[in-house]
Amino acid sequence: MSDASLNSTQSQSQTGDAGFGDFFALLKPRVMTLVVFTAFVGLLAAPVAVHPFVGFTAVLFIAIGGGASGALNMWWEADVDRLMKRTQKRPIPAGRIAEGEAFGFGMALSGFSVIMLWLATNWVAAALLAFTIFFYVVIYTMGLKRRTPQNIVIGGAAGAFPPMIGWAAATGSVSVESVLMFTLIFMWTPPHFWALCLFMKSDYDAAGIPMLTATHGRTSTRKHILVYTLLLAPIAVGAAFTGIGGPIYLAVAVIFNALFLKGAYDIWRRGEVQAEADGYAVEKKVFRLSLYYLFAHFLAILMQSVLAAYGMGGW
Amino acid sequence: MSLSKQHELHKRRFSRNLGLGLVLGAFVALVFGLTIAKVSNEEFAVPTQGEAE
Repeated sequence: MSDASLNSTQSQSQTGDAGFGDFFALLKPRVMTLVVFTAFVGLLAAPVAVHPFVGFTAVLFIAIGGGASGALNMWWEADVDRLMKRTQKRPIPAGRIAEGEAFGFGMALSGFSVIMLWLATNWVAAALLAFTIFFYVVIYTMGLKRRTPQNIVIGGAAGAFPPMIGWAAATGSVSVESVLMFTLIFMWTPPHFWALCLFMKSDYDAAGIPMLTATHGRTSTRKHILVYTLLLAPIAVGAAFTGIGGPIYLAVAVIFNALFLKGAYDIWRRGEVQAEADGYAVEKKVFRLSLYYLFAHFLAILMQSVLAAYGMGGW
Repeated sequence: MSLSKQHELHKRRFSRNLGLGLVLGAFVALVFGLTIAKVSNEEFAVPTQGEAE
């Protein structure tokens, strides 16, 4: 074995003695917080009461399932993660965990989370969780991420499933309300992520991942942000008149959609020269707003369901 | 250089073993709690022999 091949092996291998925190990092804990919050809201918004401990375990297993898909994503993306500065410190490219270990860890947790969610709640929730993992890992990560600039639109669907799974854990079914919660996150993801893409200096190009900013240009990305925000607004406001909505949700939806639309319009109206001149101030502001936007909508759904328990929710 | 007990490798192994131990302990508690929650449900009924068949 030559020195070159030895070094190459070492850079991709591991000590086999990763710490507990390294395995935890494989679960993408930051992404998991969104999963936990939206699944929790989906579970509580459902019209069927769930034992608090069963509800807690359901959210936990949904979070573990989400984490498992994150681990499998890191396993598949290890080659690309080695090329990008932002991801080079992840456990696999940093050499702390072997690719095979991450694969085994992700697969084991996937099976574990789906079976445990089935035992704790019902097969519909478990099947939705299994499909979410399959969708994120196989359809998005393996299939489309490196092939189409619409990758973030498709990937957004995986992140949109948790409230639907939470709802199914309580009711054992899929309904208009849970589909609306799914659609809300699904339509929100592209403008949220593209706003970030506009001001983040990333090396996606070097890694060969087709991002909209590179394939279609920044002007087109700005247009895409506006179009998706225009499509998102009626869905978000319309949900106010369904079982998960009510006066509080309507007020929150109207305010935040007006702000988000104004932000998307501002992004669309200006060009790169103007954006560079003020350090992408508008894009950064809209990105921050998008975070509050989603949190506020789901918090409003949560408040409506809590108030409903006291006879004050809905219309 | 021989590996001493203070070697960084041991710290990492200990962290992983401790973490795994705590996770397994938590899992046992979780299954126990889930069982209690399920059997304390008003709709819960132990299947009779006839139903089982």
